[in-house]
Amino acid sequence: MARYAIRLEELTKDYPIGFWRSRPVRALDHVSLDVEPGEVLGYLGPNGAGKTTTLKLLMQLVYPTSGRAEILGRPAGDVEAKRRLGYLPELPYFYDNLTAEELLVYFGGLFGLAPAVARTRASILLDRVGLGAERRRRLRHYSKGMLQRVGIAQALVNDPEVVFLDEPMSGLDPVGRRDTRELIRSLRDEGRTVFFSSHILSDAEALCTRVAIMVQGRLVSTGRLADLAFEVQGWELVVSGGDGGALASLGLDAVTTAVDGRYVVELPVDRPPDQVLPELSRLHVQVVSLTPRHESLEDYFMRLVARRQAPAA
Amino acid sequence: MSVIPRIAAQVFKESVRDKVLYNLVLFAVLLIAASYLIGQLTAGQDVKIIKDLGLAATQIFGLFIAVFIGIGLVSKEVERRSIYSLLSKPVRRHELILGKYAGLVLTLAVNVGVMAVALYAVLGYMSWVETEEFRRSWEAPATDPAMLAAIVLIFVQLMLVTAIALFFSTFSSPMLSAVLTFGLYVVGHFNADLRNFESVVESPAAVSLARVLYYALPNLAPFDVKAQVVHAQPVSLGYVALTSAYAAAYIGALLLAAVFIFSKRDFK
Repeated sequence: MARYAIRLEELTKDYPIGFWRSRPVRALDHVSLDVEPGEVLGYLGPNGAGKTTTLKLLMQLVYPTSGRAEILGRPAGDVEAKRRLGYLPELPYFYDNLTAEELLVYFGGLFGLAPAVARTRASILLDRVGLGAERRRRLRHYSKGMLQRVGIAQALVNDPEVVFLDEPMSGLDPVGRRDTRELIRSLRDEGRTVFFSSHILSDAEALCTRVAIMVQGRLVSTGRLADLAFEVQGWELVVSGGDGGALASLGLDAVTTAVDGRYVVELPVDRPPDQVLPELSRLHVQVVSLTPRHESLEDYFMRLVARRQAPAA
Repeated sequence: MSVIPRIAAQVFKESVRDKVLYNLVLFAVLLIAASYLIGQLTAGQDVKIIKDLGLAATQIFGLFIAVFIGIGLVSKEVERRSIYSLLSKPVRRHELILGKYAGLVLTLAVNVGVMAVALYAVLGYMSWVETEEFRRSWEAPATDPAMLAAIVLIFVQLMLVTAIALFFSTFSSPMLSAVLTFGLYVVGHFNADLRNFESVVESPAAVSLARVLYYALPNLAPFDVKAQVVHAQPVSLGYVALTSAYAAAYIGALLLAAVFIFSKRDFK
């Protein structure tokens, strides 16, 4: 058994730009990364960071300029490796004239599943992504969010060991995002390796055992999200048992009333919780939850980029 | 079942649900049926007119199906990005090309079959309503089995046109693929003129170029045996086999080139 589920070694990709005098533009720059079996890796970065290019190299939809990519110990593009992986492309699109069920049966067939087995599997998966009732509708009538769900279902049709999801939350409404988060969590609990890309930090926070952060085609940091130096920009405090007046007396102006007499208080960075909590206790206000508000991925990237450019300047 | 037949079956399923295809086939069948009325206007030539029009309709509408579905087979997959999911499955790139091609050939076979049945039905009706004496005035029986030679060669020619469309669609847009395929189809019918170019021009360079083009471009004129069949001239089995062998060689070369180009491509 391969030690790593996914391995990138100095993976580099240049795309030629221009027609007559084409010049190479580097989309991915010597990226090396190992993902262990059973890990959920969030592959994060702003748009244009090289996330989709990495996934396309792993699927051998594009060929590397240099370096190599391996999945389950086999080179990317190897048919035996493909049998054991699932892939959701970014903004997936399928065949207009097929139904979701037919699409899954077709893709199941490509893995060698017998039609009856593929149909049963399609039915289970479409129920799992919340499209059970729509399974016999042609895909041309599906919304963007529904296509995203079909995309997730087709990525699981072969019961894969490694699942690659490219921006799995894009195009989904809040319910869809929650469902997808649940689904990724269940994939993790089933022991599958999940490699998912996103430009939204909160997607990764809830799910990942580890994240890899890409900026401008380079891997700038990897590690547990908690260990990465995301600046805290304040806290969100949910309290009960007090009233708006009492909270206002503490100088906390950003107070909103939530349901069931709960108040949501936005603590700025200069009013840390250890200053505020004793005061609240004195006013017999109970703390329901306290969540730090981290800087966004974009802010983090900007800071990293600024830090990188600073020594050169 | 291996991957290629599964891809072919999917192309067939997707094609038969395409409204464009239905419209084309319906229009072709209507035209074949209408040829009966046109035939009535021409004294004594009715069967010939129906055969001629019917075979021409089969060829033209088959051409539209081959080109319009053929050009979209690969380029539409790439444009709409459905190829991303497909190639992440255990499918090799050459299997995808061959499966797509086989699927469209199957679609064409069914459509040519439907048009052939419509033509034989019109001719059968013709034969049934006319008197014995009138029937004897025809050069060949209305439901002449020799017509099958023309239909087979039309089908083989369409297989070749499909391979051309597929080849272009592996590296160019659907629009450009359509223009190039139609262009090659027209040139292919006048290919024989290139062979006799030396009788028209004197420049040795031009003659050599014409000779190269003659061998490189597809020669489609030999596939058209409508006139022989309509006028009851024999088309030998050997001729059909030899012409089909030429098509097979050409199709093989085109598919090989398509696979080569497609295998090298980056899907950005």
